[in-house]
Amino acid sequence: MANKELLQMQRQQFIEENGVIFLDNVSKSYSKGVPAIDRINLRINPGEFVFIVGDSGSGKSTLIKLLLRELTATKGNVYVMGNDLAVLKHRQIPRFRRNLGVVFQDFRLLSDRNVYDNVAFAQRVVQTPNSEIRRNVPAILATVGLAGKYKAKTNQLSGGEQQRVALARALVNKPSILLADEPTGNLDPKNSWEIMRLLEEINEQGTTVVVVTHNKEIVNSMQKRVVTMKKGIIVSDQEEGEYIDED
Amino acid sequence: MKISTLLYTIKQGFVNIFRNKWYSLASIATISACLFLFGMFYAIVMNFQHVVESAEEGVCISVLFVEGTTEERMKEINDMIDARDEVARTEFISADQAWEEFSRDYLQGYTEGFPENPLVGMDTIEVYMTDVEKQEDLAVYIESITDVDHVNRSLVVADTLSGVNLMIGYVSFGIIGILLAVSIFLISNTIAVGISIRSEEINIMKYVGATDFFVRSPFVLEGMLIGLVGAAIPLGFIYSLYNTVLSYLVERFAMLSSLLNFLSVEEIFKNLTPVSLAVGVGIGFLGSMKTVRKHLRV
Repeated sequence: MANKELLQMQRQQFIEENGVIFLDNVSKSYSKGVPAIDRINLRINPGEFVFIVGDSGSGKSTLIKLLLRELTATKGNVYVMGNDLAVLKHRQIPRFRRNLGVVFQDFRLLSDRNVYDNVAFAQRVVQTPNSEIRRNVPAILATVGLAGKYKAKTNQLSGGEQQRVALARALVNKPSILLADEPTGNLDPKNSWEIMRLLEEINEQGTTVVVVTHNKEIVNSMQKRVVTMKKGIIVSDQEEGEYIDED
Repeated sequence: MKISTLLYTIKQGFVNIFRNKWYSLASIATISACLFLFGMFYAIVMNFQHVVESAEEGVCISVLFVEGTTEERMKEINDMIDARDEVARTEFISADQAWEEFSRDYLQGYTEGFPENPLVGMDTIEVYMTDVEKQEDLAVYIESITDVDHVNRSLVVADTLSGVNLMIGYVSFGIIGILLAVSIFLISNTIAVGISIRSEEINIMKYVGATDFFVRSPFVLEGMLIGLVGAAIPLGFIYSLYNTVLSYLVERFAMLSSLLNFLSVEEIFKNLTPVSLAVGVGIGFLGSMKTVRKHLRV
Protein backbone atom coordinates (compact mmCIF):
# COMPACT_ATOMS: atom_id res chain seq x y z
CA MET A 1 0.00 0.00 0.00
CA ALA A 2 1.35 3.42 -0.89
CA ASN A 3 2.52 5.65 1.95
CA LYS A 4 -0.01 8.31 1.00
CA GLU A 5 -2.94 5.91 1.31
CA LEU A 6 -1.62 4.54 4.59
CA LEU A 7 -1.31 8.07 5.97
CA GLN A 8 -4.86 8.82 4.84
CA MET A 9 -6.13 5.72 6.62
CA GLN A 10 -4.27 6.66 9.79
CA ARG A 11 -5.79 10.14 9.69
CA GLN A 12 -9.28 8.71 9.15
CA GLN A 13 -8.81 6.38 12.11
CA PHE A 14 -7.58 9.29 14.24
CA ILE A 15 -10.66 11.35 13.28
CA GLU A 16 -12.97 8.47 14.24
CA GLU A 17 -11.27 8.11 17.60
CA ASN A 18 -10.62 11.79 18.45
CA GLY A 19 -12.80 13.97 16.21
CA VAL A 20 -11.99 16.37 13.36
CA ILE A 21 -10.68 18.94 15.84
CA PHE A 22 -8.82 17.70 18.88
CA LEU A 23 -6.95 19.91 21.33
CA ASP A 24 -4.94 18.04 23.90
CA ASN A 25 -3.89 20.17 26.88
CA VAL A 26 -3.09 23.12 24.60
CA SER A 27 -1.54 26.36 25.85
CA LYS A 28 -0.47 29.37 23.86
CA SER A 29 1.55 32.21 25.34
CA TYR A 30 2.69 35.33 23.55
CA SER A 31 5.93 37.14 24.29
CA LYS A 32 4.65 38.71 27.52
CA GLY A 33 4.23 35.25 29.00
CA VAL A 34 0.55 35.49 30.00
CA PRO A 35 -1.18 32.54 28.33
CA ALA A 36 -3.85 33.51 25.79
CA ILE A 37 -4.99 29.91 25.98
CA ASP A 38 -4.29 27.79 29.01
CA ARG A 39 -4.36 23.98 29.01
CA ILE A 40 -7.41 23.59 26.80
CA ASN A 41 -8.90 20.21 25.94
CA LEU A 42 -11.50 20.15 23.20
CA ARG A 43 -12.89 17.58 20.85
CA ILE A 44 -15.21 18.38 17.94
CA ASN A 45 -16.70 15.48 16.02
CA PRO A 46 -17.31 15.34 12.26
CA GLY A 47 -20.56 17.05 11.31
CA GLU A 48 -20.94 18.99 14.57
CA PHE A 49 -22.12 22.59 14.84
CA VAL A 50 -20.29 24.37 17.67
CA PHE A 51 -20.46 27.90 19.00
CA ILE A 52 -17.36 29.27 20.71
CA VAL A 53 -18.39 32.18 22.90
CA GLY A 54 -16.66 34.46 25.34
CA ASP A 55 -15.65 38.04 25.94
CA SER A 56 -12.80 39.86 24.27
CA GLY A 57 -9.50 38.47 25.51
CA SER A 58 -11.03 35.09 26.33
CA GLY A 59 -8.81 33.38 23.74
CA LYS A 60 -11.35 32.75 20.95
CA SER A 61 -9.28 34.40 18.22
CA THR A 62 -6.13 32.62 19.37
CA LEU A 63 -8.03 29.35 19.17
CA ILE A 64 -9.09 30.06 15.56
CA LYS A 65 -5.49 30.99 14.66
CA LEU A 66 -4.25 27.76 16.17
CA LEU A 67 -6.78 25.77 14.14
CA LEU A 68 -5.69 27.58 10.95
CA ARG A 69 -2.03 26.96 11.83
CA GLU A 70 -1.37 30.68 11.79
CA LEU A 71 0.04 30.10 15.26
CA THR A 72 1.54 27.04 16.89
CA ALA A 73 0.79 25.94 20.42
CA THR A 74 3.35 26.64 23.11
CA LYS A 75 2.35 23.43 24.89
CA GLY A 76 0.13 20.48 24.04
CA ASN A 77 -1.05 19.26 20.64
CA VAL A 78 -3.57 20.58 18.13
CA TYR A 79 -4.98 18.05 15.66
CA VAL A 80 -7.17 19.11 12.75
CA MET A 81 -8.45 16.48 10.30
CA GLY A 82 -5.97 14.05 11.80
CA ASN A 83 -3.00 16.36 11.17
CA ASP A 84 -0.75 17.11 14.12
CA LEU A 85 -0.23 20.83 13.48
CA ALA A 86 2.95 20.95 15.55
CA VAL A 87 4.80 18.72 13.10
CA LEU A 88 3.24 20.12 9.92
CA LYS A 89 6.00 21.47 7.67
CA HIS A 90 5.70 24.97 6.19
CA ARG A 91 5.23 23.60 2.68
CA GLN A 92 2.42 21.31 3.88
CA ILE A 93 0.34 24.17 5.33
CA PRO A 94 -1.38 25.22 2.05
CA ARG A 95 -2.66 21.69 1.41
CA PHE A 96 -3.78 21.40 5.02
CA ARG A 97 -5.71 24.69 4.79
CA ARG A 98 -7.66 23.41 1.81
CA ASN A 99 -9.60 21.29 4.34
CA LEU A 100 -10.84 24.48 6.01
CA GLY A 101 -13.18 27.24 4.93
CA VAL A 102 -12.90 30.55 6.77
CA VAL A 103 -15.35 33.43 7.11
CA PHE A 104 -14.54 36.69 8.89
CA GLN A 105 -16.54 39.50 10.43
CA ASP A 106 -15.20 42.01 7.87
CA PHE A 107 -15.92 39.71 4.85
CA ARG A 108 -12.48 40.28 3.28
CA LEU A 109 -13.69 40.41 -0.31
CA LEU A 110 -11.71 41.77 -3.25
CA SER A 111 -13.40 45.07 -3.98
CA ASP A 112 -11.99 45.38 -7.52
CA ARG A 113 -13.68 42.16 -8.65
CA ASN A 114 -17.24 41.04 -9.07
CA VAL A 115 -19.06 38.35 -7.10
CA TYR A 116 -18.20 35.57 -9.55
CA ASP A 117 -14.48 36.43 -9.57
CA ASN A 118 -14.33 36.62 -5.79
CA VAL A 119 -15.62 33.08 -5.50
CA ALA A 120 -13.67 31.78 -8.51
CA PHE A 121 -10.52 33.26 -6.94
CA ALA A 122 -10.58 30.59 -4.21
CA GLN A 123 -10.67 27.91 -6.89
CA ARG A 124 -7.96 29.47 -9.03
CA VAL A 125 -5.68 29.65 -6.03
CA VAL A 126 -5.91 25.88 -5.56
CA GLN A 127 -5.43 25.44 -9.31
CA THR A 128 -8.86 24.07 -10.16
CA PRO A 129 -9.31 23.69 -13.94
CA ASN A 130 -11.34 26.48 -15.56
CA SER A 131 -14.05 24.06 -16.74
CA GLU A 132 -14.69 23.02 -13.13
CA ILE A 133 -14.62 26.63 -11.92
CA ARG A 134 -17.31 27.49 -14.48
CA ARG A 135 -19.45 24.65 -13.09
CA ASN A 136 -18.76 25.07 -9.35
CA VAL A 137 -19.05 28.84 -8.91
CA PRO A 138 -22.64 29.27 -10.20
CA ALA A 139 -23.71 26.23 -8.15
CA ILE A 140 -22.31 27.57 -4.87
CA LEU A 141 -23.69 31.06 -5.62
CA ALA A 142 -27.12 29.46 -6.04
CA THR A 143 -26.67 27.74 -2.66
CA VAL A 144 -26.07 31.08 -0.91
CA GLY A 145 -28.86 32.77 -2.89
CA LEU A 146 -26.73 35.03 -5.06
CA ALA A 147 -27.01 33.35 -8.46
CA GLY A 148 -28.56 36.47 -9.95
CA LYS A 149 -25.88 38.82 -8.69
CA TYR A 150 -22.75 37.14 -9.99
CA LYS A 151 -21.78 40.18 -12.08
CA ALA A 152 -22.22 42.72 -9.28
CA LYS A 153 -19.20 44.41 -7.75
CA THR A 154 -18.93 43.59 -4.06
CA ASN A 155 -19.31 47.23 -3.02
CA GLN A 156 -22.75 47.24 -4.66
CA LEU A 157 -23.95 44.55 -2.24
CA SER A 158 -25.48 44.80 1.24
CA GLY A 159 -23.54 43.53 4.26
CA GLY A 160 -25.57 40.33 4.34
CA GLU A 161 -24.93 39.71 0.65
CA GLN A 162 -21.22 40.36 1.07
CA GLN A 163 -21.07 37.83 3.87
CA ARG A 164 -22.86 35.32 1.65
CA VAL A 165 -20.22 35.88 -1.04
CA ALA A 166 -17.56 35.26 1.61
CA LEU A 167 -19.40 32.11 2.62
CA ALA A 168 -19.59 30.94 -1.01
CA ARG A 169 -15.86 31.55 -1.35
CA ALA A 170 -15.18 29.57 1.83
CA LEU A 171 -17.33 26.67 0.63
CA VAL A 172 -16.50 26.43 -3.05
CA ASN A 173 -13.48 24.21 -2.42
CA LYS A 174 -15.70 21.85 -0.38
CA PRO A 175 -13.90 22.06 2.95
CA SER A 176 -14.56 19.53 5.73
CA ILE A 177 -14.59 22.24 8.40
CA LEU A 178 -15.98 25.77 8.22
CA LEU A 179 -14.56 28.28 10.71
CA ALA A 180 -16.64 31.44 11.06
CA ASP A 181 -15.10 34.21 13.14
CA GLU A 182 -17.89 36.60 14.19
CA PRO A 183 -19.76 36.10 10.89
CA THR A 184 -22.68 38.26 12.02
CA GLY A 185 -20.63 40.93 13.76
CA ASN A 186 -21.25 43.55 11.05
CA LEU A 187 -24.81 42.55 10.16
CA ASP A 188 -28.30 43.61 11.22
CA PRO A 189 -30.50 40.97 12.93
CA LYS A 190 -32.33 39.98 9.72
CA ASN A 191 -29.12 39.39 7.78
CA SER A 192 -27.54 37.73 10.80
CA TRP A 193 -30.33 35.17 10.89
CA GLU A 194 -30.04 34.54 7.15
CA ILE A 195 -26.35 33.81 7.53
CA MET A 196 -26.96 31.51 10.49
CA ARG A 197 -29.64 29.63 8.58
CA LEU A 198 -27.17 29.17 5.73
CA LEU A 199 -24.52 27.89 8.14
CA GLU A 200 -27.06 25.45 9.55
CA GLU A 201 -27.90 24.20 6.04
CA ILE A 202 -24.23 23.77 5.26
CA ASN A 203 -23.83 21.83 8.50
CA GLU A 204 -26.79 19.60 7.64
CA GLN A 205 -24.98 18.67 4.44
CA GLY A 206 -22.13 17.25 6.53
CA THR A 207 -19.65 20.12 7.00
CA THR A 208 -18.39 20.64 10.54
CA VAL A 209 -19.15 24.25 11.49
CA VAL A 210 -17.36 26.20 14.23
CA VAL A 211 -18.77 29.68 14.87
CA VAL A 212 -17.09 32.22 17.12
CA THR A 213 -19.68 34.78 18.14
CA HIS A 214 -20.89 37.36 20.63
CA ASN A 215 -24.48 37.12 19.43
CA LYS A 216 -26.33 35.89 22.50
CA GLU A 217 -29.77 35.80 20.87
CA ILE A 218 -28.61 33.57 18.05
CA VAL A 219 -26.67 31.23 20.34
CA ASN A 220 -29.60 30.84 22.67
CA SER A 221 -32.12 30.29 19.89
CA MET A 222 -30.20 27.73 17.86
CA GLN A 223 -29.76 25.14 20.59
CA LYS A 224 -26.36 23.93 19.44
CA ARG A 225 -23.26 22.93 21.35
CA VAL A 226 -21.79 25.98 23.11
CA VAL A 227 -18.18 26.17 24.32
CA THR A 228 -17.64 29.16 26.61
CA MET A 229 -14.16 30.56 27.11
CA LYS A 230 -12.92 32.94 29.77
CA LYS A 231 -9.37 34.20 30.23
CA GLY A 232 -7.92 31.46 28.05
CA ILE A 233 -9.71 28.47 29.55
CA ILE A 234 -12.89 26.64 28.70
CA VAL A 235 -15.32 27.32 31.51
CA SER A 236 -18.29 25.52 30.05
CA ASP A 237 -19.06 23.05 27.26
CA GLN A 238 -22.76 22.33 26.84
CA GLU A 239 -24.74 20.28 24.33
CA GLU A 240 -27.71 22.38 23.14
CA GLY A 241 -26.33 25.07 25.38
CA GLU A 242 -26.89 28.73 26.04
CA TYR A 243 -24.72 31.82 26.13
CA ILE A 244 -23.43 32.21 29.66
CA ASP A 245 -23.23 35.84 30.72
CA GLU A 246 -20.06 37.10 32.33
CA ASP A 247 -20.43 38.21 35.92
CA MET B 1 2.34 23.84 -13.46
CA LYS B 2 -1.03 23.69 -15.20
CA ILE B 3 -1.56 25.85 -18.28
CA SER B 4 -4.47 27.67 -16.61
CA THR B 5 -2.21 28.46 -13.63
CA LEU B 6 0.57 29.63 -15.92
CA LEU B 7 -1.83 31.92 -17.78
CA TYR B 8 -3.21 33.18 -14.48
CA THR B 9 0.32 33.93 -13.24
CA ILE B 10 1.23 35.80 -16.44
CA LYS B 11 -2.02 37.77 -16.32
CA GLN B 12 -1.47 38.68 -12.67
CA GLY B 13 2.12 39.71 -13.44
CA PHE B 14 0.80 42.25 -15.97
CA VAL B 15 -2.08 43.26 -13.68
CA ASN B 16 0.46 43.98 -10.92
CA ILE B 17 2.44 46.25 -13.23
CA PHE B 18 -0.62 48.24 -14.26
CA ARG B 19 -2.15 48.36 -10.79
CA ASN B 20 1.12 49.66 -9.47
CA LYS B 21 1.87 51.67 -12.60
CA TRP B 22 3.69 54.70 -11.17
CA TYR B 23 6.10 52.61 -9.19
CA SER B 24 6.50 50.27 -12.14
CA LEU B 25 7.27 53.23 -14.39
CA ALA B 26 9.76 54.59 -11.87
CA SER B 27 11.49 51.20 -11.72
CA ILE B 28 11.52 50.83 -15.49
CA ALA B 29 12.93 54.36 -15.83
CA THR B 30 15.67 53.67 -13.30
CA ILE B 31 16.64 50.34 -14.79
CA SER B 32 16.57 51.96 -18.22
CA ALA B 33 18.88 54.70 -16.95
CA CYS B 34 21.22 52.16 -15.37
CA LEU B 35 21.29 49.93 -18.42
CA PHE B 36 21.65 52.95 -20.69
CA LEU B 37 24.77 53.92 -18.78
CA PHE B 38 25.84 50.29 -18.81
CA GLY B 39 25.33 50.13 -22.57
CA MET B 40 27.13 53.39 -23.21
CA PHE B 41 29.93 52.32 -20.97
CA TYR B 42 30.09 48.97 -22.69
CA ALA B 43 30.24 50.61 -26.13
CA ILE B 44 33.01 52.98 -25.01
CA VAL B 45 34.98 50.24 -23.25
CA MET B 46 34.65 47.88 -26.19
CA ASN B 47 35.86 50.55 -28.58
CA PHE B 48 38.71 51.47 -26.28
CA GLN B 49 39.70 47.84 -25.92
CA HIS B 50 39.48 47.48 -29.67
CA VAL B 51 41.87 50.41 -30.08
CA VAL B 52 44.17 49.04 -27.38
CA GLU B 53 44.13 45.61 -28.99
CA SER B 54 45.00 47.13 -32.34
CA ALA B 55 47.91 48.90 -30.64
CA GLU B 56 48.91 45.69 -28.89
CA GLU B 57 48.99 43.89 -32.20
CA GLY B 58 51.82 46.24 -33.27
CA VAL B 59 53.90 45.50 -30.17
CA CYS B 60 56.54 42.89 -30.85
CA ILE B 61 59.74 41.57 -29.36
CA SER B 62 62.88 40.98 -31.43
CA VAL B 63 65.01 37.88 -31.00
CA LEU B 64 68.71 38.17 -31.84
CA PHE B 65 71.09 35.25 -32.24
CA VAL B 66 74.58 34.32 -31.15
CA GLU B 67 77.12 35.00 -33.92
CA GLY B 68 77.59 32.04 -36.17
CA THR B 69 74.11 30.56 -35.73
CA THR B 70 73.03 28.89 -38.94
CA GLU B 71 69.92 30.01 -40.77
CA GLU B 72 68.54 26.51 -40.40
CA ARG B 73 68.84 26.71 -36.59
CA MET B 74 67.28 30.18 -36.61
CA LYS B 75 64.27 28.84 -38.52
CA GLU B 76 64.07 25.94 -36.09
CA ILE B 77 63.95 28.42 -33.18
CA ASN B 78 61.35 30.43 -35.10
CA ASP B 79 59.13 27.34 -35.32
CA MET B 80 59.58 26.66 -31.57
CA ILE B 81 58.43 30.18 -30.70
CA ASP B 82 55.59 30.14 -33.21
CA ALA B 83 54.17 26.97 -31.63
CA ARG B 84 53.48 28.72 -28.31
CA ASP B 85 49.92 29.76 -27.35
CA GLU B 86 50.70 33.35 -26.47
CA VAL B 87 52.32 33.96 -29.86
CA ALA B 88 50.06 35.36 -32.57
CA ARG B 89 52.64 35.20 -35.34
CA THR B 90 56.37 35.40 -36.00
CA GLU B 91 58.38 36.92 -38.78
CA PHE B 92 61.93 35.86 -39.61
CA ILE B 93 63.97 38.75 -40.99
CA SER B 94 67.38 37.82 -42.30
CA ALA B 95 70.27 40.30 -42.11
CA ASP B 96 70.11 40.82 -45.89
CA GLN B 97 66.37 41.45 -45.78
CA ALA B 98 66.84 43.90 -42.89
CA TRP B 99 69.55 45.85 -44.74
CA GLU B 100 67.50 45.94 -47.89
CA GLU B 101 64.47 47.34 -46.04
CA PHE B 102 66.58 49.83 -44.07
CA SER B 103 68.44 51.16 -47.10
CA ARG B 104 65.19 51.46 -49.03
CA ASP B 105 63.27 53.22 -46.26
CA TYR B 106 65.97 55.48 -44.83
CA LEU B 107 68.84 55.76 -47.33
CA GLN B 108 66.75 55.82 -50.50
CA GLY B 109 69.28 53.64 -52.25
CA TYR B 110 72.40 55.72 -51.34
CA THR B 111 74.39 52.77 -50.11
CA GLU B 112 77.75 53.44 -51.78
CA GLY B 113 79.48 53.91 -48.46
CA PHE B 114 78.48 50.44 -47.42
CA PRO B 115 80.15 47.92 -49.73
CA GLU B 116 79.13 45.13 -47.40
CA ASN B 117 76.00 44.58 -45.38
CA PRO B 118 76.69 46.35 -42.05
CA LEU B 119 73.92 44.34 -40.43
CA VAL B 120 75.65 41.00 -40.91
CA GLY B 121 74.83 38.73 -38.01
CA MET B 122 71.74 40.78 -37.17
CA ASP B 123 69.21 38.22 -38.31
CA THR B 124 66.10 38.56 -36.13
CA ILE B 125 62.76 37.02 -35.42
CA GLU B 126 59.94 39.47 -34.71
CA VAL B 127 57.40 37.95 -32.36
CA TYR B 128 53.83 39.34 -32.20
CA MET B 129 51.75 38.26 -29.22
CA THR B 130 48.10 37.53 -28.48
CA ASP B 131 48.40 39.03 -25.00
CA VAL B 132 50.97 41.71 -24.43
CA GLU B 133 50.89 41.06 -20.67
CA LYS B 134 52.74 37.77 -21.20
CA GLN B 135 55.64 39.47 -22.93
CA GLU B 136 58.13 39.14 -20.09
CA ASP B 137 57.49 35.42 -19.54
CA LEU B 138 57.89 34.77 -23.24
CA ALA B 139 61.11 36.79 -23.39
CA VAL B 140 62.58 34.78 -20.49
CA TYR B 141 61.67 31.57 -22.27
CA ILE B 142 63.21 32.67 -25.56
CA GLU B 143 66.42 33.79 -23.85
CA SER B 144 66.77 30.32 -22.38
CA ILE B 145 66.93 28.78 -25.87
CA THR B 146 70.44 27.84 -26.97
CA ASP B 147 71.86 30.10 -29.73
CA VAL B 148 69.64 33.02 -28.73
CA ASP B 149 71.86 35.97 -27.80
CA HIS B 150 69.26 38.31 -26.37
CA VAL B 151 65.72 39.61 -26.75
CA ASN B 152 64.66 43.23 -27.29
CA ARG B 153 61.43 43.92 -25.41
CA SER B 154 59.14 46.93 -25.38
CA LEU B 155 58.36 46.79 -21.69
CA VAL B 156 57.00 50.31 -21.30
CA VAL B 157 54.43 49.88 -24.06
CA ALA B 158 53.44 46.47 -22.75
CA ASP B 159 53.08 47.68 -19.20
CA THR B 160 51.13 50.79 -20.20
CA LEU B 161 48.71 48.92 -22.42
CA SER B 162 48.06 46.12 -19.97
CA GLY B 163 47.76 48.70 -17.16
CA VAL B 164 45.18 50.72 -19.09
CA ASN B 165 43.28 47.57 -19.93
CA LEU B 166 43.25 46.47 -16.31
CA MET B 167 42.18 49.90 -15.10
CA ILE B 168 39.29 50.00 -17.59
CA GLY B 169 38.26 46.56 -16.38
CA TYR B 170 38.25 47.56 -12.70
CA VAL B 171 36.49 50.89 -13.23
CA SER B 172 33.80 49.39 -15.46
CA PHE B 173 33.31 46.49 -13.06
CA GLY B 174 32.90 48.92 -10.14
CA ILE B 175 30.49 51.29 -11.88
CA ILE B 176 28.37 48.52 -13.35
CA GLY B 177 28.26 46.79 -9.96
CA ILE B 178 26.95 49.95 -8.28
CA LEU B 179 24.35 50.51 -10.99
CA LEU B 180 23.12 46.95 -10.72
CA ALA B 181 22.87 47.14 -6.93
CA VAL B 182 20.79 50.33 -7.25
CA SER B 183 18.51 48.62 -9.78
CA ILE B 184 18.00 45.58 -7.56
CA PHE B 185 17.14 47.85 -4.64
CA LEU B 186 14.61 49.79 -6.73
CA ILE B 187 12.93 46.70 -8.12
CA SER B 188 12.64 45.17 -4.68
CA ASN B 189 11.04 48.41 -3.44
CA THR B 190 8.53 48.36 -6.28
CA ILE B 191 7.63 44.75 -5.55
CA ALA B 192 7.32 45.55 -1.83
CA VAL B 193 4.83 48.32 -2.68
CA GLY B 194 2.95 45.90 -4.93
CA ILE B 195 2.81 43.36 -2.13
CA SER B 196 1.49 45.93 0.34
CA ILE B 197 -1.18 47.04 -2.17
CA ARG B 198 -2.26 43.43 -2.58
CA SER B 199 -1.88 42.37 1.05
CA GLU B 200 -5.61 41.70 1.41
CA GLU B 201 -5.63 39.46 -1.62
CA ILE B 202 -2.50 37.64 -0.44
CA ASN B 203 -4.11 37.16 2.94
CA ILE B 204 -7.14 35.53 1.34
CA MET B 205 -4.90 33.35 -0.81
CA LYS B 206 -3.19 32.23 2.35
CA TYR B 207 -6.47 31.20 3.97
CA VAL B 208 -7.75 29.27 0.99
CA GLY B 209 -4.56 27.25 0.67
CA ALA B 210 -2.38 28.88 -1.98
CA THR B 211 1.16 27.56 -2.15
CA ASP B 212 4.16 29.88 -1.72
CA PHE B 213 4.95 29.40 -5.39
CA PHE B 214 1.46 30.41 -6.52
CA VAL B 215 1.47 33.56 -4.38
CA ARG B 216 5.01 34.57 -5.24
CA SER B 217 5.23 33.83 -8.95
CA PRO B 218 3.18 36.84 -10.23
CA PHE B 219 5.44 39.18 -8.25
CA VAL B 220 8.59 37.51 -9.55
CA LEU B 221 7.20 37.69 -13.06
CA GLU B 222 6.38 41.36 -12.50
CA GLY B 223 9.99 42.03 -11.53
CA MET B 224 11.30 40.16 -14.57
CA LEU B 225 8.94 42.03 -16.92
CA ILE B 226 10.01 45.37 -15.45
CA GLY B 227 13.63 44.30 -15.95
CA LEU B 228 12.97 43.19 -19.53
CA VAL B 229 11.21 46.41 -20.54
CA GLY B 230 13.81 48.43 -18.63
CA ALA B 231 16.53 46.72 -20.69
CA ALA B 232 14.82 46.95 -24.07
CA ILE B 233 14.26 50.73 -23.96
CA PRO B 234 17.93 51.77 -23.57
CA LEU B 235 18.97 49.24 -26.22
CA GLY B 236 16.82 51.14 -28.73
CA PHE B 237 18.25 54.47 -27.60
CA ILE B 238 21.85 53.29 -27.70
CA TYR B 239 21.36 51.76 -31.14
CA SER B 240 20.28 55.02 -32.73
CA LEU B 241 22.68 57.12 -30.65
CA TYR B 242 25.69 54.94 -31.50
CA ASN B 243 24.87 55.07 -35.21
CA THR B 244 24.48 58.82 -35.08
CA VAL B 245 27.71 59.41 -33.15
CA LEU B 246 29.64 57.02 -35.39
CA SER B 247 28.51 58.68 -38.61
CA TYR B 248 29.20 62.11 -37.07
CA LEU B 249 32.76 61.11 -36.13
CA VAL B 250 33.42 59.56 -39.50
CA GLU B 251 32.09 62.63 -41.34
CA ARG B 252 33.52 65.40 -39.17
CA PHE B 253 36.77 63.83 -38.04
CA ALA B 254 37.89 61.76 -40.98
CA MET B 255 41.47 62.00 -39.75
CA LEU B 256 40.55 60.60 -36.35
CA SER B 257 38.57 57.73 -37.79
CA SER B 258 41.48 56.68 -39.97
CA LEU B 259 43.69 56.52 -36.87
CA LEU B 260 41.15 54.91 -34.60
CA ASN B 261 39.25 51.95 -35.84
CA PHE B 262 35.73 51.97 -34.28
CA LEU B 263 33.54 48.90 -33.90
CA SER B 264 30.36 48.77 -35.98
CA VAL B 265 26.94 48.94 -34.29
CA GLU B 266 26.36 45.28 -35.18
CA GLU B 267 29.58 44.25 -33.44
CA ILE B 268 28.56 46.17 -30.32
CA PHE B 269 24.98 44.84 -30.27
CA LYS B 270 25.98 41.24 -30.94
CA ASN B 271 26.91 40.97 -27.26
CA LEU B 272 25.21 44.00 -25.75
CA THR B 273 21.66 42.86 -26.65
CA PRO B 274 21.70 39.44 -24.93
CA VAL B 275 23.80 40.76 -22.03
CA SER B 276 21.49 43.75 -21.40
CA LEU B 277 18.32 41.68 -21.65
CA ALA B 278 19.75 38.99 -19.39
CA VAL B 279 20.96 41.59 -16.90
CA GLY B 280 17.54 43.33 -16.96
CA VAL B 281 15.62 40.11 -16.42
CA GLY B 282 18.23 38.94 -13.92
CA ILE B 283 18.04 42.01 -11.71
CA GLY B 284 14.24 41.89 -11.97
CA PHE B 285 14.34 38.30 -10.80
CA LEU B 286 16.83 38.96 -7.98
CA GLY B 287 15.07 42.13 -6.79
CA SER B 288 11.65 40.52 -6.72
CA MET B 289 12.88 37.25 -5.17
CA LYS B 290 14.61 39.23 -2.43
CA THR B 291 11.32 40.95 -1.56
CA VAL B 292 8.94 38.01 -1.89
CA ARG B 293 11.16 35.83 0.26
CA LYS B 294 11.15 38.52 2.91
CA HIS B 295 7.48 39.54 2.78
CA LEU B 296 5.64 36.55 1.40
CA ARG B 297 6.26 33.64 3.67
CA VAL B 298 2.74 32.30 3.38
